[in-house]
Amino acid sequence: MSPTSLRSGHPLGSTVVTAHPTTPAVEVSGLVKRYGSTVAVNGLDLRMDRGSVLALLGPNGAGKTSTVELCEGFLRPDGGTVRVLGLDPIRDGAALRARIGVMPQGGGAYPGVRTEEMLRLVAACAANPLDPAWLLDVLGLSAARRTPYKRLSGGQQQRLSLACALVGRPELVFLDEPTAGLDPQARRLVWDLVQALRSDGVGVLLTTHLMDEAETLADQVVIVDHGRVVASGTPRELTSSGSAEQQLRFRARPGLDTKLLVDALPENCKVDEVGPGSYLVAGCIDPQVVSTVTSWCAQQGVLAEELRVARRSLEDVFLELTGRELRS
Amino acid sequence: MTESIPRAFPPGTFTPAPGRGKLGRMLLAQARTEAALALRNGEQVLLTLLIPLALLIGLTLLKIVPLSEPRVNAVTPRILALAVMSSAFTGQAIALGFDRRYGVLKRLAATAIPRWLLGAGRVLAALTIVAIQVIVLGVVAALLGWAPELSGVAWAVVLVLLGTIAFGALGVLLGGALRAEIVLAVANIVWFVLLLAGGIALPPSSLPGGLGAVVELLPSGALADALNTVLTRGGAPGWQPVLVLIIWAAAAGGIATRTTRLT
Repeated sequence: MSPTSLRSGHPLGSTVVTAHPTTPAVEVSGLVKRYGSTVAVNGLDLRMDRGSVLALLGPNGAGKTSTVELCEGFLRPDGGTVRVLGLDPIRDGAALRARIGVMPQGGGAYPGVRTEEMLRLVAACAANPLDPAWLLDVLGLSAARRTPYKRLSGGQQQRLSLACALVGRPELVFLDEPTAGLDPQARRLVWDLVQALRSDGVGVLLTTHLMDEAETLADQVVIVDHGRVVASGTPRELTSSGSAEQQLRFRARPGLDTKLLVDALPENCKVDEVGPGSYLVAGCIDPQVVSTVTSWCAQQGVLAEELRVARRSLEDVFLELTGRELRS
Repeated sequence: MTESIPRAFPPGTFTPAPGRGKLGRMLLAQARTEAALALRNGEQVLLTLLIPLALLIGLTLLKIVPLSEPRVNAVTPRILALAVMSSAFTGQAIALGFDRRYGVLKRLAATAIPRWLLGAGRVLAALTIVAIQVIVLGVVAALLGWAPELSGVAWAVVLVLLGTIAFGALGVLLGGALRAEIVLAVANIVWFVLLLAGGIALPPSSLPGGLGAVVELLPSGALADALNTVLTRGGAPGWQPVLVLIIWAAAAGGIATRTTRLT
């Protein structure tokens, strides 16, 4: 079936989609959520434009899922305000849920339900659903359409969950770790879908801890940690924050004394051994700096391998902001 | 951000067109799915149909337990009460416990289905299963020579409805609050205890000491005795069993609305 034939004659369904086209898709301010003595969300602010892609990036336990569930109306905030499409997710929950698509973390279906049966049930809740059979085909689930949910692989369950989020033709979708547990092909498919959604005017708020995912997909990346926003901006803004800060990386023998190199370099340059034998020079990298580094290596009697100059990656920004210790 | 749009999705494929589906369609879709799942699940079928059928046939044909003749007339009303308890309470509780474990309540709550409709869909599915049980057991009982008092049949329908709601509310109360494995264990133990000592297998009046009076206040004892009364003697049941079922339904339903969790 060709996707164009899926468009129904009632594009707006039973709700008014663009009553206030200027209100943001998501607007959160001073949001607080506590579980007992644990503060999951701690004064979080967020603003997402309609039809854009926002990636919430953060380590495990940073408060990403709580933030998403507060936006979806599954959790009641302990402080602050949430507006999604101009609606209060708790007070106007019913009206809001008819307009959004949700992919909860870890999916969700009856254990014994067949793939297609589940998607048809969710489709029955929408006024103008996409064709479930077409959607299953797109997500590579056609062969598993009669397989019970509990017998699907983790990746298949994830893809069914994504199908359930999209089938109602929402104007805004929340995808909580949409690519967790997916193989590279399926991950690429999810990326393609998110880009197609964006170009059709669907807003996407997704959570991830994959830097390349955020960097590839998002118009806006919001890095959260300990329930707060620690940085936000376009991927480009985040990776070139400050000035023309760049990096020079190289590999050499571990444990070199970098003091002489630091002395020889301009003052704004920092030198670190970020891993055994893996060196990082950060600052304004110009030909002079590269030359200083190579001649220092020569003095030390070592060969600098894999020497390269790069912008900082989102991963560097992320680790810088959220630290390097492991989270549970 | 790359702008390449894959060939698989021509522009406009996902153009928003949100909105809530028709209420009746949502209700039927959910109830049909849940009823089909119950009928497809081997353990559920064993509990809701095969065990009641085996007991109906066994107790009628094998003269182990002393019963008034014709035996099938004494056995059938109690087996109908057992069937209601099996599907509405034990089956419902276990299904709900595992549905929560698999996140389906959250999944459905995230759609445009209103919360009250989620409950209504479960009730409709439970009533569908009970209707199937009553028809299958009634036909088999009739083949064994069952002749119910026709003047009590309308009352029996009312009692089965009330019993389904009371046991269903208790099932949701149990299945909506605890972990799936605990729900499984508790729901089966309660089923077994109520079958033997809750007024289903044996009439409350035959139980020793003051136990009979207590058992008459349980939903199992009230439903089994009232069904026995209307189907073997005809006419209306006493007010007590009807009131007992209503109170259990209201109390369990009231608590369940506060304690039932989505996951």
